[in-house]
Amino acid sequence: MAVLTAIFTAGFYAATAWLVYGLARKIVQYWRTPAPLKIPTMPAPLNTGGVAMRLAREVVLFESLFKSNKWIWLFGWMFHVALLLAMLRHLRYFTEPVWTWVVLVQPFGTYAGFAMLAGLGALWFRRIFVERIRYISGPSDHLMLVLLLAITASGLAMRYVARTDIVALKSFILGLIRFDWQPMPADPILMAHLALVIALMAVFPFSKLLHAPGLFFSPGRNQADSAREKRHLAPWAAKLEAGGE
Amino acid sequence: MGDYKVPELSEFTEIPALQDGSMSHSSPFVAGPEYQEPLGFPGELVEDWHDKAIGRFGDLLTKSRALRVYLDSCVRCGACTDKCHYFLGTGDPKNMPVARQDLMRKVYRRHFTFAGKWLPWLVGAEDLTEEVLDDWYSYFHQCSQCRRCSVYCPYGIDTAEISMAARDIMDHIGKGQKYCNEIIAKVHTVGNNLGLKGPALANTLEGLEEDIEDETGVKVRLPLDEKGADILLVTPSADFFAEPHVDGLMGYAKVFHQAGVSWTISSYASEAANFAMFIGSYEQMREVALRIRKAALDLGVKRLVFGECGHAWRVAYSFLNTLAGPWDFLDQNYPIPQHICEFTNDLIEQGALKFDKSANDHMTLTFHDSCNVARATRMGNKPGGQFEIPRAIARAVCNNFVDMAPETIREGTYCCGGGGGLLTDDLMELRVKGAKPRMDALNQVVQNDGVTHMIAICAICKSQFSKVFPEYGMEMDQVVSLHQLVGNAIILDGQETDGEINDETEDGAAPAETEE
Ligand code: SF4
Ligand code: SF4
Repeated sequence: MAVLTAIFTAGFYAATAWLVYGLARKIVQYWRTPAPLKIPTMPAPLNTGGVAMRLAREVVLFESLFKSNKWIWLFGWMFHVALLLAMLRHLRYFTEPVWTWVVLVQPFGTYAGFAMLAGLGALWFRRIFVERIRYISGPSDHLMLVLLLAITASGLAMRYVARTDIVALKSFILGLIRFDWQPMPADPILMAHLALVIALMAVFPFSKLLHAPGLFFSPGRNQADSAREKRHLAPWAAKLEAGGE
Repeated sequence: MGDYKVPELSEFTEIPALQDGSMSHSSPFVAGPEYQEPLGFPGELVEDWHDKAIGRFGDLLTKSRALRVYLDSCVRCGACTDKCHYFLGTGDPKNMPVARQDLMRKVYRRHFTFAGKWLPWLVGAEDLTEEVLDDWYSYFHQCSQCRRCSVYCPYGIDTAEISMAARDIMDHIGKGQKYCNEIIAKVHTVGNNLGLKGPALANTLEGLEEDIEDETGVKVRLPLDEKGADILLVTPSADFFAEPHVDGLMGYAKVFHQAGVSWTISSYASEAANFAMFIGSYEQMREVALRIRKAALDLGVKRLVFGECGHAWRVAYSFLNTLAGPWDFLDQNYPIPQHICEFTNDLIEQGALKFDKSANDHMTLTFHDSCNVARATRMGNKPGGQFEIPRAIARAVCNNFVDMAPETIREGTYCCGGGGGLLTDDLMELRVKGAKPRMDALNQVVQNDGVTHMIAICAICKSQFSKVFPEYGMEMDQVVSLHQLVGNAIILDGQETDGEINDETEDGAAPAETEE
């Protein structure tokens, strides 16, 4: 019991630190690397406000993906929205008293699990059966889907098949946040669910999940179309200019 | 080059079944020392090419955010897999944009990521072996850097950026491409891609003045190196000698004449094209661009106008301010630089040009959006002006105009198949097959709407279509310059009226090309 608690407590702290460090490292790296030329995918917005709108449409609606392929858009969008709802719903394990809006999201969050399952399943089906996508898929692409599916399925199982002791779980999680450690409930499904979440947090900054910060740093999407109006010069290019000519 | 079958056209461009390795034999001639060394690249594959390549790769990762972010962000969703004209035309899976990127990404992972160092099998990381290098050379020269894939990628991942970086790395280890590097060296020494020297250029321009006078009775000048002119025209050198390019040049001259502006061409910067973009070399690109700056300063011009060319307009519109700016010595009341289409369209909107549209009545036209103009530049002051302005000009000078299928034009336009430094005879099979999606769409409007000619505003597009149209059973002169149509229809002050104007003698003139 104590060992179990120790393992999961340490696991969560380590995974969180790793995730924050890894993401921060990447974001700093993206931030520091200059984009030497203006390369927005045209037509592009003319100013920063327009760029913010463009990025918002990409994040919220998956605009480019919608243009591209309606099936991938449907399944991908469904999965991501459902994931968001499910995560919001999980906030009730982290807050005491539970915020009102989290209570309001609650019923949707419950069904979101099924939508996630459906979206992930459909994406995996395409990965296996559409020749082109099978060709570009590697072991890590399949494993990522397996990981997400397993997290979703174990979560749903705890709600619909073998209910877990939510009160005990909540006290464990609040204990983590308050550095006042409480016992981890010894429910095998819960253990699997949390272990997989730890794994997901750990791989996030070292995998294709970097698409999340990547989008905001993509010069094709985050640059304004203003090359003629404003001279754009990367620091290394300025040095080149100063040295040569 | 071996045998290959010209693809059969279909109503819609279908997604082909994968034919693994079907284009692995396609690679352009490697540049010898005589083309490498003038650019400061090693003459041949260096001894320690692997380490040099990884070293250069590491440099680029610190210099280009796009490269870093794009290599990290792909989720292998597959949305781009059916978007590349080279994949659609060849069925080779390595021509799917994501697979093309993965050729580089696997090496990136191996050398520059945690997962790829420790668990290469899991994330598909691979060493840069000789085979991988061969794949790089082959497939990064099967990308015309047209950016179509980037429009459809949820993160805007632009395979063009990856191809450019790969070519730059290969140049740095002595495995450059002959076609591009030979041309860039020519620009550095002579001033244009063709190696056309000042006197030859002067001759050509004089000849064109005579042609216009014979045709219209009006003396229209094509000045060269005229100090104190208001406008410096920088245009692709193809405009100086080949059909249909040269008809476009005569069209610009007539517009300038009618507008009453003074203008000049420079023999020093007699090239709008900048092939250094294709090899991803900022330094080379800058050197070429600085010729334009020097010419503008030497001639004391006030404005900069670019002729019809796709990637040239990209370098001009998007990069020129960066590479060769600031342009504070030019007249700030005009866009710097300005596209000839913007120039002409402004005059049309002011009602300053008169046209006899019937001069183009023997043609029914459609418009091919050049990939670089469409997805890497703008015209006018509204996003999308690059689509509207050329069409507005076409509609102002022709009576019969129809667009091709909407998913094949504007931001979704298909590359002609010859862009990105691939317009060379050693890549003919690729060029013919890569043109298929455009040819499918064109064929539809030919069949359904009686289209006879396609307008292009890019020297590469025009050359490419002149070459591949015959392969698909069309005539080479069915591709026309936009300003050729302007030139046909424009009524110059003092011009002899109608009748037998418009009489351009062309080699093997197609029936459609003779006057009514
Ligand atoms: S669309 Fe973008 S993210 Fe999807 S496979 Fe292609 S490059 Fe990767
Ligand atoms: S940039 Fe164009 S040619 Fe290159 S992979 Fe993308 S679609 Fe294909």
